[in-house]
Amino acid sequence: MTALSRYRLRLQRKRFLLRAWRKSRALKPVENRTGHIRPRDILCFATIRNEMARLPYFLEYYRDRGIQHFLFVDNDSDDGTRAYLAAQKDCSVWTCAESYKRARFGMDWLNHLLGKYGHGHWCLTVDCDEFLVYPFVDTRPINALTDWLEASSIKSFGTMLLDMYPKGPVGAFSYAPGCDPFEKSCWFDSGNYMIQKNPSFGNLWIQGGPRARVFFADDPKSAPALNKIPLVRWQRGYAYASSTHMLLPRGLNLVYDEWGGEKTSGILLHAKFTDTFQNKAQEEVQRREHFANSKEYRAYLAALDTDQGPNFWMQFSEKFINWRQLEILGLMSKGNWA
Amino acid sequence: MSLGFVMLCHSNLDRAAQVARHWAEHDCPLVIHVDAKVPATEFAGFQQALSDLKNVQFTPRLRCEWGTWSLVQATKIAAKQLLKNFPKLGHVYLTSGSCLTLRPVSELQTYLRAHPQTDFIESVTTQDVQWTVGGLNEERFIYRFPFSWKRNRKLFDRYVALQRFFGLRRKIPKGLTPHLGSQWWCLTRQTLTAILTDPDAEVFDRYFKRVWIPDESYFQSLARRYAIHIESRSLTLSKFDFQGKPHVFYDDHLRLLRRSDCFLARKIWHKADLLYQTFLYQEQIESFKTEPAPGKIDRVFAKAVERRTRGRPGLYMHSRFPNWDWENGKTAVEYSVFHGFSELFEDFDHWLARRSNAQVHGHLFAPERAEFAGGDPIAKGGLSESATLRDYNPEAFLAALIWNARSERQVFQFSARDRQKITPFIASDSNARIHVITGAWALSLFKSNRNFDEIRNEAAVLQRNEVEFISELRALYARAQVKIWSLTEFLEYPIENLAEAVAHLPSATGPMHLETVPRMVQFKGFAKFLQNLKNQGMRAHVVGDFPSDDMELMSIKPASVRPYVVR
Repeated sequence: MTALSRYRLRLQRKRFLLRAWRKSRALKPVENRTGHIRPRDILCFATIRNEMARLPYFLEYYRDRGIQHFLFVDNDSDDGTRAYLAAQKDCSVWTCAESYKRARFGMDWLNHLLGKYGHGHWCLTVDCDEFLVYPFVDTRPINALTDWLEASSIKSFGTMLLDMYPKGPVGAFSYAPGCDPFEKSCWFDSGNYMIQKNPSFGNLWIQGGPRARVFFADDPKSAPALNKIPLVRWQRGYAYASSTHMLLPRGLNLVYDEWGGEKTSGILLHAKFTDTFQNKAQEEVQRREHFANSKEYRAYLAALDTDQGPNFWMQFSEKFINWRQLEILGLMSKGNWA
Repeated sequence: MSLGFVMLCHSNLDRAAQVARHWAEHDCPLVIHVDAKVPATEFAGFQQALSDLKNVQFTPRLRCEWGTWSLVQATKIAAKQLLKNFPKLGHVYLTSGSCLTLRPVSELQTYLRAHPQTDFIESVTTQDVQWTVGGLNEERFIYRFPFSWKRNRKLFDRYVALQRFFGLRRKIPKGLTPHLGSQWWCLTRQTLTAILTDPDAEVFDRYFKRVWIPDESYFQSLARRYAIHIESRSLTLSKFDFQGKPHVFYDDHLRLLRRSDCFLARKIWHKADLLYQTFLYQEQIESFKTEPAPGKIDRVFAKAVERRTRGRPGLYMHSRFPNWDWENGKTAVEYSVFHGFSELFEDFDHWLARRSNAQVHGHLFAPERAEFAGGDPIAKGGLSESATLRDYNPEAFLAALIWNARSERQVFQFSARDRQKITPFIASDSNARIHVITGAWALSLFKSNRNFDEIRNEAAVLQRNEVEFISELRALYARAQVKIWSLTEFLEYPIENLAEAVAHLPSATGPMHLETVPRMVQFKGFAKFLQNLKNQGMRAHVVGDFPSDDMELMSIKPASVRPYVVR
């Protein structure tokens, strides 16, 4: 890494920060309770749009793990999401009618909020269909993890997005608001992931899983990235570069060991494939507000063989039990946290 | 009253207060030192919380920094105060605010009464220490460390390098043999007063002020001067990870801690409510064992360190992505590759699958698709047969295949016709067992009945692929176990050679024996075919010197020509 390329990354980071500031002017506070945030609180940041069905379980899941405050950017919802969140005592909500895509898929808004309210806190940045599983998640709250990370001088915590799907066509199961989406969407691919290193940002680029297998078998390069770094001890000046896949400064992307050992890591269970998925895919293709002109969603629609949606299930699908199972399968690691 | 505590606190004073109260109420006096970095209001609250206890005292507060003399100084002040104000103490125990007692205090008292002259302090010479981090064992004692490791890491490192470079060494004071050990000790009054009132104390103190992490060596070294009987172990269970930082105990360690039979443990997570609740407020069951047995906990933490430093071989994931050749095993377990066998023997993979206990795949790297065992379109773990997906990252494909099925031996066919991108990976993988018959590709061309100029061009490509593969296998970095025959060599003793190639595979009844052999393809006209290729300017040299008469091949068996072994 030459001095020149380091300097380029620095400029890029500054550009992200400037963008975040510029785009933040479109954010209108709906309910700002950030005054209640205490110094050691763990915060959750998310951009959402019409997520009334998922939010109750999302909030419940993360409250149980020990998240103390949620900061949402609502991208022009029209299903009551905004009012619902504004009524929650531990949520702060901003709204924004501008283009999700032009705000780098919401990242500009979140970078701004992270810099403003997240400084010095452990911040979890997720979508509302992503559920963090870390080692000992069933017996230790999330601040046990962050305390340990901090004592080990670790600033960021790496995960992989694990696509969960039901047995049978995705559309055949209805999802009742407030329920655990993984009650039915409890299957996953355990061992078909492909990793490359991104030389400029230093992060890993992971692809694979059911989406690559079913939708992108002929065009693997376009398969969605699964590497995510959602949990960071935020400092002013940090910036997410592309979704939560990578950050700047690049040292934060080194969540993996290069000399044979395993660092402590987790999984983001991805509850994307429920019956709402199909409507969402259709809507997103029309809005063209997602990555690469919603190429991902178009691939999904093209692959829908029945009106019930795609069926990801196969004979080697694994049924989710707990984090220990994921650890044994090699999808996450305790590292030296025991 | 025979046991007293010195307690060093710097954070989470509410927990420290709970533990202090527990001991004080069980008739163990305490002297507590609280770091001066703790805000005055917090300290006042802490004092207030313990104000009803007559046998709890506080020392003046010093600013303490990890790894420096200040910790020893605080300990000394507190210990002096404790010995002076509580003259009946037999033993003094040094603990921290995040220690927790695991057994009833009465058991600890009984245990110490049974060992009235024993000092429990881990104290080993620098040669015997393996747990220090950063390679500073002996060097702790011979260099000076004026800079803070936590705040001025660069300066710290540079100053050490400078002293190394110029060979600067400090003189170790006379009568002192440097020893290291856990800083949590339990000393007898006799030893401790001897250390504190040593006439040479000033000399030692001056020396230890510039030693690196003196709290792990001051008492440990000086105890050796005076102790009557040293038990070189700590009564406090305290495990360190590979960075030299203590492992933390959580609620889910309750059973482990209970069964360890240790008296105290460090360090307890301050929000581990269940642990504090159980060990401080619940009636403890009298354990009949007297000696601590931390073996099980040791294993758990040793495993954690192993996982962090060596990892699981053959696993590639988002927190383990080793650099090339740092994998500690490119794949998870041993597997076998048969190159050219499926061209020579009809239906070779099915025959092998019937004969052995292994999972036998076809050509995993065939250009059309990955030929999984049994013709399945998908393999364990969700690997797809799609050639594009496989060729996008063939190393990940193979590593995942082996990892997913690591309980069952994997076997696959390979040939010059397959995608060759994987060859450097398998050649450098010590888990690969590769058997090669060179030139067998000529047999499938011979059978193909295509236009001869097509065949000729194809032959050139296949031969080039094979030569490259063979040179990979013979390269300096190659670590696979390899056996290579040319087609001609193999055919000299086909059955023996086949038996040798498959002998390592597991079968239901011990090692594999050949009772049936797969059928070989027909050779009639093959020599002529090779000659035709040659006439067209394409010499298939990897086949070996194939006899011109087909019948001759099976009859002549020169004893001098034996298959050669590479590695």
